[in-house]
Amino acid sequence: MLSEDERRQIEAQFNRYPQKRAVVPEALKTVQRSRGWVSDEAVGDIAELLSLTAAEVDAVATFYNLIYRKPVGRHVILLCDSVSCWIMGYENLYEHLRSKLGIGMGETTADNRFTLLPAPCLGACDQAPVMMVDEDLYGRLDAAKIDDILGRYP
Amino acid sequence: MEPHLTRNIRPNREAFSLEAYERGEGYQGLRRALSMSPKEVQELVSQSTLRGRGGAGFPTGQKWSFVPMGGKARGPKYYIVNADEMEPGTMKDRLLLEGDPHQVVEGAIIGAYAIEAEVIYIYLRWAYRLAAVRLETAIAEAYRRGYLGRGVMGSSYNVELYLHESSGRYICGEEDGLMDALEGRRPIPRPKPPFPQTCGLWGNPTVVNNTETVSNLPGILRNGAEWFKGLSLSSDGGSKIYGVSGRVKRPGTWELPLGTTAREVIFEHAGGMVDGAHLRAFLPGGGSTDFLTEDHLEVKLDYESVAAAGSRLGTGTIVVLDDSVCPVGVLISLERFFLRESCGWCTPCREGLPWIVALLEELEQGEGNEESLELLEFHCRTIKPGLTFCPLAPGAMEPLASALKYFRQDMLRHVREKRCPWR
Repeated sequence: MLSEDERRQIEAQFNRYPQKRAVVPEALKTVQRSRGWVSDEAVGDIAELLSLTAAEVDAVATFYNLIYRKPVGRHVILLCDSVSCWIMGYENLYEHLRSKLGIGMGETTADNRFTLLPAPCLGACDQAPVMMVDEDLYGRLDAAKIDDILGRYP
Repeated sequence: MEPHLTRNIRPNREAFSLEAYERGEGYQGLRRALSMSPKEVQELVSQSTLRGRGGAGFPTGQKWSFVPMGGKARGPKYYIVNADEMEPGTMKDRLLLEGDPHQVVEGAIIGAYAIEAEVIYIYLRWAYRLAAVRLETAIAEAYRRGYLGRGVMGSSYNVELYLHESSGRYICGEEDGLMDALEGRRPIPRPKPPFPQTCGLWGNPTVVNNTETVSNLPGILRNGAEWFKGLSLSSDGGSKIYGVSGRVKRPGTWELPLGTTAREVIFEHAGGMVDGAHLRAFLPGGGSTDFLTEDHLEVKLDYESVAAAGSRLGTGTIVVLDDSVCPVGVLISLERFFLRESCGWCTPCREGLPWIVALLEELEQGEGNEESLELLEFHCRTIKPGLTFCPLAPGAMEPLASALKYFRQDMLRHVREKRCPWR
Protein backbone atom coordinates (compact mmCIF):
# COMPACT_ATOMS: atom_id res chain seq x y z
CA MET A 1 0.00 0.00 0.00
CA LEU A 2 1.13 3.54 -0.67
CA SER A 3 1.74 5.47 2.51
CA GLU A 4 -0.30 8.57 3.25
CA ASP A 5 2.78 10.66 2.57
CA GLU A 6 3.54 8.98 -0.77
CA ARG A 7 -0.03 9.36 -1.93
CA ARG A 8 -0.06 13.03 -0.97
CA GLN A 9 3.19 13.70 -2.85
CA ILE A 10 1.92 11.95 -5.97
CA GLU A 11 -1.45 13.70 -5.92
CA ALA A 12 0.31 17.06 -5.50
CA GLN A 13 1.64 16.53 -9.05
CA PHE A 14 -1.77 16.19 -10.69
CA ASN A 15 -2.26 19.90 -11.41
CA ARG A 16 0.99 20.07 -13.42
CA TYR A 17 -0.38 17.94 -16.27
CA PRO A 18 -3.72 17.59 -18.07
CA GLN A 19 -3.80 13.81 -17.52
CA LYS A 20 -3.14 11.74 -14.40
CA ARG A 21 -1.07 9.29 -16.42
CA ALA A 22 1.65 11.92 -16.79
CA VAL A 23 2.59 11.60 -13.13
CA VAL A 24 3.74 7.96 -13.53
CA PRO A 25 7.47 8.91 -13.61
CA GLU A 26 7.03 11.20 -10.62
CA ALA A 27 5.03 8.55 -8.74
CA LEU A 28 7.79 6.00 -9.31
CA LYS A 29 10.39 8.47 -8.06
CA THR A 30 8.27 9.26 -5.02
CA VAL A 31 8.08 5.61 -4.02
CA GLN A 32 11.77 5.12 -4.71
CA ARG A 33 12.68 8.12 -2.56
CA SER A 34 10.89 6.65 0.44
CA ARG A 35 11.71 2.95 -0.06
CA GLY A 36 14.90 2.90 -2.11
CA TRP A 37 13.38 0.89 -4.95
CA VAL A 38 10.07 0.08 -6.65
CA SER A 39 8.53 -3.33 -5.93
CA ASP A 40 5.88 -5.17 -8.00
CA GLU A 41 3.41 -4.32 -5.27
CA ALA A 42 4.23 -0.60 -5.53
CA VAL A 43 3.80 -0.73 -9.31
CA GLY A 44 0.32 -2.16 -8.76
CA ASP A 45 -0.53 0.45 -6.14
CA ILE A 46 0.56 3.32 -8.41
CA ALA A 47 -1.48 1.82 -11.25
CA GLU A 48 -4.54 1.69 -9.04
CA LEU A 49 -4.14 5.29 -7.91
CA LEU A 50 -3.78 6.50 -11.51
CA SER A 51 -6.46 4.21 -13.02
CA LEU A 52 -3.90 2.41 -15.21
CA THR A 53 -2.92 -1.23 -15.54
CA ALA A 54 0.17 -2.50 -13.75
CA ALA A 55 1.64 -3.31 -17.18
CA GLU A 56 1.29 0.32 -18.27
CA VAL A 57 3.12 1.53 -15.16
CA ASP A 58 5.78 -1.18 -15.43
CA ALA A 59 6.43 -0.29 -19.09
CA VAL A 60 7.50 3.13 -17.83
CA ALA A 61 9.27 1.86 -14.70
CA THR A 62 11.46 -0.59 -16.61
CA PHE A 63 12.40 2.02 -19.18
CA TYR A 64 14.25 4.49 -16.96
CA ASN A 65 17.74 3.53 -15.88
CA LEU A 66 17.35 5.39 -12.58
CA ILE A 67 14.14 3.68 -11.50
CA TYR A 68 15.25 0.58 -9.61
CA ARG A 69 12.96 -2.43 -9.92
CA LYS A 70 15.24 -4.45 -7.63
CA PRO A 71 16.53 -3.48 -4.18
CA VAL A 72 19.76 -1.48 -4.20
CA GLY A 73 22.35 -0.87 -1.51
CA ARG A 74 22.36 2.09 0.87
CA HIS A 75 24.40 4.06 -1.67
CA VAL A 76 24.33 3.88 -5.46
CA ILE A 77 27.51 4.52 -7.44
CA LEU A 78 26.89 5.69 -11.01
CA LEU A 79 30.16 5.32 -12.90
CA CYS A 80 30.25 7.14 -16.25
CA ASP A 81 31.43 4.90 -19.09
CA SER A 82 30.84 7.29 -22.00
CA VAL A 83 33.45 8.45 -24.45
CA SER A 84 35.32 11.22 -22.56
CA CYS A 85 35.52 9.18 -19.37
CA TRP A 86 36.55 6.11 -21.39
CA ILE A 87 39.43 8.09 -22.90
CA MET A 88 40.43 9.40 -19.47
CA GLY A 89 40.70 5.98 -17.86
CA TYR A 90 37.25 4.55 -17.17
CA GLU A 91 38.46 0.95 -17.55
CA ASN A 92 41.06 1.29 -14.80
CA LEU A 93 38.54 2.89 -12.45
CA TYR A 94 36.07 0.12 -13.09
CA GLU A 95 38.74 -2.49 -12.36
CA HIS A 96 39.61 -0.66 -9.15
CA LEU A 97 36.00 -0.51 -7.99
CA ARG A 98 35.44 -4.13 -8.94
CA SER A 99 38.38 -5.38 -6.92
CA LYS A 100 37.77 -3.00 -4.01
CA LEU A 101 34.06 -3.74 -3.65
CA GLY A 102 34.08 -7.28 -5.02
CA ILE A 103 31.10 -6.58 -7.30
CA GLY A 104 30.51 -5.95 -10.99
CA MET A 105 28.06 -3.67 -12.73
CA GLY A 106 24.50 -4.11 -11.52
CA GLU A 107 25.56 -5.82 -8.30
CA THR A 108 25.31 -4.92 -4.62
CA THR A 109 27.94 -5.56 -1.95
CA ALA A 110 27.16 -8.30 0.56
CA ASP A 111 26.94 -5.73 3.37
CA ASN A 112 24.31 -3.87 1.32
CA ARG A 113 26.44 -0.73 1.39
CA PHE A 114 26.98 -0.06 -2.33
CA THR A 115 25.31 -0.84 -5.63
CA LEU A 116 27.45 -0.20 -8.72
CA LEU A 117 25.76 0.89 -11.95
CA PRO A 118 27.01 2.17 -15.30
CA ALA A 119 25.92 5.71 -16.19
CA PRO A 120 25.70 7.42 -19.55
CA CYS A 121 27.60 10.69 -19.97
CA LEU A 122 27.06 12.75 -16.82
CA GLY A 123 27.71 16.05 -18.58
CA ALA A 124 30.87 16.86 -16.65
CA CYS A 125 33.33 15.77 -19.35
CA ASP A 126 35.79 18.54 -18.50
CA GLN A 127 36.27 16.76 -15.16
CA ALA A 128 36.50 13.25 -16.65
CA PRO A 129 36.61 10.59 -15.40
CA VAL A 130 33.54 11.14 -13.21
CA MET A 131 31.01 9.28 -11.10
CA MET A 132 28.04 10.09 -8.90
CA VAL A 133 27.51 8.61 -5.46
CA ASP A 134 23.84 9.08 -4.56
CA GLU A 135 23.24 12.75 -5.51
CA ASP A 136 26.87 13.90 -5.39
CA LEU A 137 29.10 14.34 -8.44
CA TYR A 138 32.84 13.61 -8.27
CA GLY A 139 35.35 14.36 -11.01
CA ARG A 140 39.04 13.97 -11.92
CA LEU A 141 38.94 10.55 -10.32
CA ASP A 142 41.78 8.18 -9.68
CA ALA A 143 41.97 5.08 -7.51
CA ALA A 144 43.12 6.96 -4.38
CA LYS A 145 40.42 9.59 -4.76
CA ILE A 146 37.75 6.90 -5.14
CA ASP A 147 38.93 5.23 -1.91
CA ASP A 148 38.70 8.56 -0.11
CA ILE A 149 35.22 9.34 -1.50
CA LEU A 150 33.72 5.94 -0.71
CA GLY A 151 34.88 6.32 2.90
CA ARG A 152 32.35 9.14 3.28
CA TYR A 153 29.40 6.81 2.60
CA PRO A 154 28.95 4.44 5.57
CA MET B 1 34.50 38.69 -27.74
CA GLU B 2 32.31 40.15 -25.01
CA PRO B 3 30.44 37.23 -23.51
CA HIS B 4 26.71 37.25 -24.15
CA LEU B 5 25.30 33.87 -23.15
CA THR B 6 27.75 33.51 -20.29
CA ARG B 7 27.96 37.14 -19.17
CA ASN B 8 26.31 36.34 -15.84
CA ILE B 9 28.23 33.14 -15.24
CA ARG B 10 30.83 33.48 -12.53
CA PRO B 11 33.97 31.37 -12.28
CA ASN B 12 32.50 29.33 -9.42
CA ARG B 13 29.18 29.15 -11.35
CA GLU B 14 27.23 30.54 -8.41
CA ALA B 15 23.92 31.71 -9.86
CA PHE B 16 22.63 35.28 -9.66
CA SER B 17 19.62 36.06 -7.52
CA LEU B 18 16.64 37.58 -9.31
CA GLU B 19 17.69 41.06 -8.13
CA ALA B 20 21.23 40.68 -9.50
CA TYR B 21 19.88 39.24 -12.75
CA GLU B 22 17.48 42.17 -13.11
CA ARG B 23 20.30 44.70 -12.55
CA GLY B 24 22.03 43.28 -15.64
CA GLU B 25 19.02 43.94 -17.89
CA GLY B 26 17.38 40.72 -16.75
CA TYR B 27 13.83 40.19 -18.05
CA GLN B 28 14.21 43.23 -20.34
CA GLY B 29 14.21 40.84 -23.31
CA LEU B 30 10.87 39.51 -22.12
CA ARG B 31 9.59 43.08 -21.67
CA ARG B 32 10.59 43.82 -25.27
CA ALA B 33 8.90 40.62 -26.50
CA LEU B 34 5.65 41.50 -24.75
CA SER B 35 5.63 44.87 -26.53
CA MET B 36 5.63 42.99 -29.85
CA SER B 37 3.12 40.56 -31.33
CA PRO B 38 4.06 36.85 -31.13
CA LYS B 39 4.49 36.76 -34.92
CA GLU B 40 6.87 39.74 -34.71
CA VAL B 41 8.94 37.86 -32.13
CA GLN B 42 9.08 34.88 -34.50
CA GLU B 43 10.20 37.12 -37.34
CA LEU B 44 12.89 38.79 -35.23
CA VAL B 45 14.30 35.39 -34.24
CA SER B 46 14.18 34.25 -37.89
CA GLN B 47 16.10 37.39 -38.91
CA SER B 48 18.71 36.69 -36.22
CA THR B 49 19.54 33.39 -38.03
CA LEU B 50 19.60 31.52 -34.70
CA ARG B 51 19.85 27.79 -35.34
CA GLY B 52 19.08 25.06 -32.81
CA ARG B 53 21.98 24.33 -30.47
CA GLY B 54 20.86 20.82 -29.48
CA GLY B 55 22.55 19.05 -32.38
CA ALA B 56 20.30 19.15 -35.42
CA GLY B 57 20.76 22.87 -36.12
CA PHE B 58 17.28 23.61 -37.44
CA PRO B 59 16.54 27.37 -37.76
CA THR B 60 14.63 28.33 -34.61
CA GLY B 61 12.34 30.99 -36.12
CA GLN B 62 11.38 28.63 -38.90
CA LYS B 63 10.65 25.85 -36.41
CA TRP B 64 8.24 28.20 -34.61
CA SER B 65 6.63 29.38 -37.85
CA PHE B 66 4.87 26.03 -38.37
CA VAL B 67 2.81 26.44 -35.19
CA PRO B 68 -0.84 27.32 -35.90
CA MET B 69 -1.54 30.75 -34.44
CA GLY B 70 -4.55 32.81 -33.41
CA GLY B 71 -7.91 32.02 -31.86
CA LYS B 72 -8.66 29.02 -34.06
CA ALA B 73 -5.47 27.14 -33.13
CA ARG B 74 -5.91 24.09 -30.95
CA GLY B 75 -4.86 24.71 -27.36
CA PRO B 76 -3.36 24.75 -24.90
CA LYS B 77 -0.09 24.92 -26.80
CA TYR B 78 3.09 23.76 -25.13
CA TYR B 79 6.66 25.05 -25.09
CA ILE B 80 9.32 22.63 -23.90
CA VAL B 81 12.90 23.40 -22.90
CA ASN B 82 15.02 20.35 -23.63
CA ALA B 83 17.47 20.22 -20.73
CA ASP B 84 18.00 16.46 -21.01
CA GLU B 85 21.65 16.88 -21.97
CA MET B 86 23.14 13.39 -22.39
CA GLU B 87 25.05 13.42 -25.67
CA PRO B 88 28.40 11.77 -24.87
CA GLY B 89 31.05 14.44 -24.43
CA THR B 90 28.58 17.30 -23.92
CA MET B 91 28.55 19.59 -20.88
CA LYS B 92 27.39 22.95 -22.24
CA ASP B 93 23.76 23.05 -21.07
CA ARG B 94 24.87 22.15 -17.55
CA LEU B 95 26.88 25.40 -17.55
CA LEU B 96 23.86 27.50 -18.58
CA LEU B 97 21.42 25.73 -16.26
CA GLU B 98 23.64 25.95 -13.19
CA GLY B 99 25.25 29.29 -13.94
CA ASP B 100 22.36 31.39 -15.19
CA PRO B 101 18.98 29.74 -14.50
CA HIS B 102 17.05 33.02 -14.85
CA GLN B 103 18.31 33.37 -18.41
CA VAL B 104 16.81 29.93 -19.17
CA VAL B 105 13.51 30.89 -17.52
CA GLU B 106 13.35 34.27 -19.32
CA GLY B 107 14.19 32.63 -22.65
CA ALA B 108 11.52 29.99 -22.08
CA ILE B 109 8.84 32.62 -21.46
CA ILE B 110 9.90 34.48 -24.63
CA GLY B 111 9.78 31.27 -26.69
CA ALA B 112 6.40 30.34 -25.23
CA TYR B 113 5.02 33.83 -25.95
CA ALA B 114 6.24 33.61 -29.56
CA ILE B 115 4.04 30.57 -30.17
CA GLU B 116 1.24 31.63 -27.79
CA ALA B 117 1.90 28.66 -25.49
CA GLU B 118 0.10 28.53 -22.17
CA VAL B 119 2.29 25.93 -20.53
CA ILE B 120 6.07 25.50 -20.38
CA TYR B 121 7.89 22.37 -19.24
CA ILE B 122 11.60 22.35 -18.57
CA TYR B 123 12.61 18.72 -19.12
CA LEU B 124 15.71 18.24 -16.97
CA ARG B 125 17.81 15.13 -16.56
CA TRP B 126 17.90 13.78 -13.05
CA ALA B 127 21.69 13.78 -12.79
CA TYR B 128 21.75 17.61 -12.89
CA ARG B 129 20.95 18.00 -9.20
CA LEU B 130 22.44 21.48 -8.75
CA ALA B 131 20.63 22.74 -11.85
CA ALA B 132 17.34 21.40 -10.45
CA VAL B 133 17.77 23.30 -7.19
CA ARG B 134 18.73 26.52 -8.96
CA LEU B 135 15.91 26.27 -11.50
CA GLU B 136 13.36 25.69 -8.74
CA THR B 137 14.59 28.84 -7.01
CA ALA B 138 14.55 30.88 -10.24
CA ILE B 139 11.06 29.66 -11.16
CA ALA B 140 9.68 30.53 -7.72
CA GLU B 141 11.29 33.99 -7.90
CA ALA B 142 9.90 34.57 -11.39
CA TYR B 143 6.39 33.65 -10.23
CA ARG B 144 6.66 36.01 -7.25
CA ARG B 145 7.76 38.90 -9.46
CA GLY B 146 4.97 38.33 -11.99
CA TYR B 147 7.11 37.02 -14.87
CA LEU B 148 5.12 33.80 -14.75
CA GLY B 149 1.46 33.07 -14.06
CA ARG B 150 -1.49 35.22 -14.98
CA GLY B 151 -0.86 38.56 -16.67
CA VAL B 152 2.89 38.32 -17.26
CA MET B 153 4.46 41.73 -16.47
CA GLY B 154 1.06 43.38 -16.53
CA SER B 155 0.20 42.09 -20.01
CA SER B 156 -2.74 39.90 -20.95
CA TYR B 157 -0.40 36.91 -21.48
CA ASN B 158 -0.79 33.94 -19.11
CA VAL B 159 1.74 31.15 -18.82
CA GLU B 160 2.60 28.42 -16.33
CA LEU B 161 6.05 26.83 -16.04
CA TYR B 162 6.78 23.40 -14.55
CA LEU B 163 10.08 21.64 -14.00
CA HIS B 164 10.00 17.94 -14.92
CA GLU B 165 12.93 15.84 -13.72
CA SER B 166 13.56 12.78 -15.85
CA SER B 167 14.83 9.47 -14.54
CA GLY B 168 17.35 8.96 -17.32
CA ARG B 169 17.52 7.61 -20.90
CA TYR B 170 19.08 9.41 -23.84
CA ILE B 171 16.05 8.80 -26.08
CA CYS B 172 14.05 11.20 -23.87
CA GLY B 173 16.17 13.99 -25.35
CA GLU B 174 14.76 13.16 -28.79
CA GLU B 175 11.68 15.36 -29.07
CA ASP B 176 9.14 12.59 -29.64
CA GLY B 177 10.60 10.48 -26.87
CA LEU B 178 10.56 13.54 -24.65
CA MET B 179 6.86 14.13 -25.29
CA ASP B 180 6.02 10.48 -24.58
CA ALA B 181 7.99 10.75 -21.35
CA LEU B 182 6.08 13.87 -20.31
CA GLU B 183 2.80 12.12 -21.07
CA GLY B 184 3.81 9.28 -18.75
CA ARG B 185 4.25 6.71 -21.50
CA ARG B 186 7.16 4.45 -22.33
CA PRO B 187 9.16 6.79 -24.60
CA ILE B 188 9.45 5.78 -28.23
CA PRO B 189 9.84 8.00 -31.27
CA ARG B 190 6.71 8.82 -33.24
CA PRO B 191 6.41 8.58 -37.01
CA LYS B 192 6.48 11.99 -38.73
CA PRO B 193 4.37 13.71 -39.98
CA PRO B 194 2.56 15.00 -38.05
CA PHE B 195 5.26 17.22 -36.58
CA PRO B 196 5.10 18.43 -32.97
CA GLN B 197 4.37 22.00 -34.08
CA THR B 198 0.91 20.88 -35.17
CA CYS B 199 0.39 17.67 -33.17
CA GLY B 200 2.74 17.33 -30.22
CA LEU B 201 2.22 16.96 -26.50
CA TRP B 202 -1.25 15.48 -25.85
CA GLY B 203 -1.94 16.09 -29.54
CA ASN B 204 -1.58 19.84 -29.24
CA PRO B 205 0.85 22.23 -30.98
CA THR B 206 4.23 22.00 -29.27
CA VAL B 207 7.74 23.34 -29.74
CA VAL B 208 10.82 21.72 -28.20
CA ASN B 209 13.95 23.91 -28.01
CA ASN B 210 17.35 23.10 -26.55
CA THR B 211 18.58 24.92 -23.41
CA GLU B 212 21.34 26.83 -25.25
CA THR B 213 18.90 27.87 -27.99
CA VAL B 214 16.48 29.15 -25.34
CA SER B 215 19.27 30.96 -23.47
CA ASN B 216 20.01 32.99 -26.62
CA LEU B 217 16.51 34.47 -26.79
CA PRO B 218 16.73 37.22 -24.11
CA GLY B 219 19.84 38.71 -25.77
CA ILE B 220 18.28 38.63 -29.24
CA LEU B 221 15.19 40.42 -27.95
CA ARG B 222 17.23 43.06 -26.09
CA ASN B 223 19.81 43.76 -28.76
CA GLY B 224 18.23 42.80 -32.07
CA ALA B 225 18.95 40.52 -35.00
CA GLU B 226 21.86 42.49 -36.48
CA TRP B 227 23.72 42.50 -33.19
CA PHE B 228 23.24 38.72 -32.91
CA LYS B 229 24.53 38.12 -36.43
CA GLY B 230 27.54 40.29 -35.61
CA LEU B 231 28.56 37.89 -32.81
CA SER B 232 29.32 35.20 -35.37
CA LEU B 233 32.15 34.57 -37.79
CA SER B 234 29.84 32.51 -40.01
CA SER B 235 26.65 32.99 -42.02
CA ASP B 236 24.62 31.74 -39.03
CA GLY B 237 24.29 34.16 -36.14
CA GLY B 238 25.41 34.11 -32.56
CA SER B 239 28.09 32.90 -30.25
CA LYS B 240 28.47 29.25 -29.31
CA ILE B 241 29.41 27.41 -26.18
CA TYR B 242 32.26 25.18 -27.23
CA GLY B 243 33.79 22.59 -25.00
CA VAL B 244 36.78 20.30 -25.02
CA SER B 245 37.34 17.08 -23.12
CA GLY B 246 40.00 14.41 -23.43
CA ARG B 247 43.74 14.60 -22.80
CA VAL B 248 44.09 18.39 -23.13
CA LYS B 249 45.74 20.77 -20.65
CA ARG B 250 42.61 22.74 -19.73
CA PRO B 251 39.41 20.85 -20.47
CA GLY B 252 36.39 23.13 -20.18
CA THR B 253 33.74 25.25 -21.88
CA TRP B 254 34.03 28.69 -23.51
CA GLU B 255 31.65 31.04 -25.24
CA LEU B 256 33.21 32.04 -28.57
CA PRO B 257 32.02 33.39 -31.91
CA LEU B 258 30.22 30.75 -33.96
CA GLY B 259 32.76 29.72 -36.59
CA THR B 260 35.86 29.69 -34.36
CA THR B 261 38.32 27.12 -35.71
CA ALA B 262 38.84 23.74 -34.09
CA ARG B 263 42.52 24.63 -33.71
CA GLU B 264 41.75 27.76 -31.72
CA VAL B 265 39.30 25.96 -29.45
CA ILE B 266 41.57 22.97 -28.78
CA PHE B 267 45.00 24.59 -28.78
CA GLU B 268 44.32 28.08 -27.40
CA HIS B 269 41.33 27.78 -25.10
CA ALA B 270 41.89 24.19 -23.98
CA GLY B 271 45.65 24.75 -23.92
CA GLY B 272 46.55 21.97 -26.36
CA MET B 273 47.44 18.40 -25.55
CA VAL B 274 48.97 17.36 -22.23
CA ASP B 275 52.67 16.57 -22.43
CA GLY B 276 53.32 13.34 -24.25
CA ALA B 277 49.85 13.07 -25.80
CA HIS B 278 49.35 13.59 -29.51
CA LEU B 279 46.01 14.52 -31.09
CA ARG B 280 44.86 11.87 -33.55
CA ALA B 281 41.24 12.82 -34.12
CA PHE B 282 38.31 14.58 -32.55
CA LEU B 283 34.54 14.36 -32.41
CA PRO B 284 33.47 17.94 -33.13
CA GLY B 285 30.09 17.89 -31.42
CA GLY B 286 29.38 14.86 -29.28
CA GLY B 287 29.23 11.09 -29.70
CA SER B 288 26.95 11.06 -32.72
CA THR B 289 29.18 13.15 -34.98
CA ASP B 290 31.81 11.88 -37.45
CA PHE B 291 35.44 11.92 -36.36
CA LEU B 292 37.62 14.61 -37.89
CA THR B 293 41.44 14.43 -37.89
CA GLU B 294 44.50 16.62 -37.48
CA ASP B 295 43.99 17.67 -41.10
CA HIS B 296 40.72 19.34 -40.10
CA LEU B 297 42.02 21.59 -37.34
CA GLU B 298 41.56 24.69 -39.49
CA VAL B 299 37.86 23.88 -40.02
CA LYS B 300 35.58 26.60 -38.69
CA LEU B 301 33.17 25.15 -36.15
CA ASP B 302 29.92 26.35 -37.69
CA TYR B 303 27.07 24.37 -39.21
CA GLU B 304 28.11 24.67 -42.88
CA SER B 305 31.88 24.36 -42.47
CA VAL B 306 31.78 21.24 -40.28
CA ALA B 307 29.26 19.66 -42.68
CA ALA B 308 31.57 20.45 -45.61
CA ALA B 309 34.39 18.66 -43.75
CA GLY B 310 32.21 15.54 -43.51
CA SER B 311 30.85 15.80 -39.98
CA ARG B 312 28.33 17.85 -37.99
CA LEU B 313 28.64 20.73 -35.54
CA GLY B 314 26.30 18.73 -33.27
CA THR B 315 26.48 20.12 -29.75
CA GLY B 316 29.79 21.90 -30.38
CA THR B 317 31.54 20.12 -27.53
CA ILE B 318 34.70 18.47 -28.78
CA VAL B 319 36.06 15.13 -27.60
CA VAL B 320 39.75 14.75 -28.38
CA LEU B 321 41.13 11.30 -29.12
CA ASP B 322 44.86 11.00 -28.53
CA ASP B 323 47.33 8.32 -29.57
CA SER B 324 47.44 6.66 -26.14
CA VAL B 325 43.90 5.32 -26.62
CA CYS B 326 42.78 2.49 -28.90
CA PRO B 327 40.26 3.82 -31.43
CA VAL B 328 38.45 0.47 -31.41
CA GLY B 329 38.01 0.76 -27.63
CA VAL B 330 36.60 4.26 -28.04
CA LEU B 331 34.17 2.94 -30.66
CA ILE B 332 33.09 0.18 -28.28
CA SER B 333 32.31 2.81 -25.63
CA LEU B 334 30.34 4.90 -28.14
CA GLU B 335 28.37 2.02 -29.67
CA ARG B 336 27.64 0.42 -26.27
CA PHE B 337 26.18 3.77 -25.24
CA PHE B 338 23.86 3.86 -28.25
CA LEU B 339 22.93 0.21 -27.78
CA ARG B 340 22.07 0.70 -24.10
CA GLU B 341 20.14 3.89 -24.77
CA SER B 342 18.17 2.54 -27.76
CA CYS B 343 14.47 2.22 -27.06
CA GLY B 344 14.35 -0.94 -29.20
CA TRP B 345 11.38 0.22 -31.20
CA CYS B 346 12.68 -0.16 -34.75
CA THR B 347 14.70 -2.98 -36.24
CA PRO B 348 17.88 -1.30 -37.51
CA CYS B 349 18.64 -0.03 -34.02
CA ARG B 350 17.41 -3.02 -32.00
CA GLU B 351 19.13 -5.63 -34.17
CA GLY B 352 21.95 -3.61 -35.73
CA LEU B 353 23.55 -2.07 -32.66
CA PRO B 354 24.09 -5.36 -30.73
CA TRP B 355 25.67 -6.85 -33.86
CA ILE B 356 27.97 -3.84 -34.22
CA VAL B 357 29.04 -4.00 -30.58
CA ALA B 358 29.74 -7.75 -30.91
CA LEU B 359 31.83 -7.18 -34.05
CA LEU B 360 33.84 -4.42 -32.38
CA GLU B 361 34.42 -6.51 -29.25
CA GLU B 362 35.67 -9.42 -31.36
CA LEU B 363 37.98 -7.06 -33.21
CA GLU B 364 39.30 -5.60 -29.97
CA GLN B 365 39.94 -9.08 -28.55
CA GLY B 366 41.89 -10.07 -31.67
CA GLU B 367 39.18 -12.39 -32.96
CA GLY B 368 38.07 -10.27 -35.90
CA ASN B 369 38.92 -10.61 -39.56
CA GLU B 370 38.58 -8.53 -42.69
CA GLU B 371 34.99 -9.64 -43.02
CA SER B 372 34.27 -7.90 -39.66
CA LEU B 373 35.16 -4.60 -41.30
CA GLU B 374 32.93 -5.37 -44.28
CA LEU B 375 30.05 -6.16 -41.92
CA LEU B 376 30.59 -2.90 -40.07
CA GLU B 377 30.50 -1.07 -43.40
CA PHE B 378 27.30 -2.93 -44.29
CA HIS B 379 25.66 -1.47 -41.17
CA CYS B 380 26.85 2.04 -42.03
CA ARG B 381 25.16 1.68 -45.42
CA THR B 382 21.91 0.21 -44.12
CA ILE B 383 21.28 2.11 -40.88
CA LYS B 384 20.58 5.58 -42.16
CA PRO B 385 18.03 8.39 -41.98
CA GLY B 386 14.75 7.39 -43.58
CA LEU B 387 15.02 3.77 -42.48
CA THR B 388 14.59 4.47 -38.77
CA PHE B 389 11.97 6.38 -36.77
CA CYS B 390 14.50 8.65 -35.07
CA PRO B 391 18.10 9.82 -35.44
CA LEU B 392 19.58 7.61 -32.68
CA ALA B 393 20.86 4.74 -34.83
CA PRO B 394 21.91 6.90 -37.81
CA GLY B 395 23.76 9.06 -35.26
CA ALA B 396 25.51 5.95 -33.94
CA MET B 397 26.79 5.26 -37.47
CA GLU B 398 28.53 8.63 -37.80
CA PRO B 399 31.53 7.89 -35.54
CA LEU B 400 31.65 4.31 -36.86
CA ALA B 401 31.66 5.23 -40.57
CA SER B 402 34.32 7.90 -40.05
CA ALA B 403 36.41 5.52 -37.93
CA LEU B 404 36.33 2.95 -40.74
CA LYS B 405 37.74 5.68 -42.97
CA TYR B 406 40.38 7.14 -40.65
CA PHE B 407 41.32 4.19 -38.41
CA ARG B 408 41.17 1.34 -40.91
CA GLN B 409 44.88 0.58 -40.48
CA ASP B 410 44.43 0.40 -36.69
CA MET B 411 41.55 -2.00 -37.14
CA LEU B 412 43.54 -4.17 -39.55
CA ARG B 413 46.41 -4.26 -37.06
CA HIS B 414 44.00 -5.86 -34.55
CA VAL B 415 43.20 -8.48 -37.21
CA ARG B 416 46.84 -9.13 -38.17
CA GLU B 417 48.28 -9.19 -34.65
CA LYS B 418 45.23 -11.01 -33.23
CA ARG B 419 45.23 -8.68 -30.22
CA CYS B 420 44.76 -5.05 -29.29
CA PRO B 421 48.08 -3.27 -29.89
CA TRP B 422 47.25 -0.80 -27.12
CA ARG B 423 46.95 -3.44 -24.39
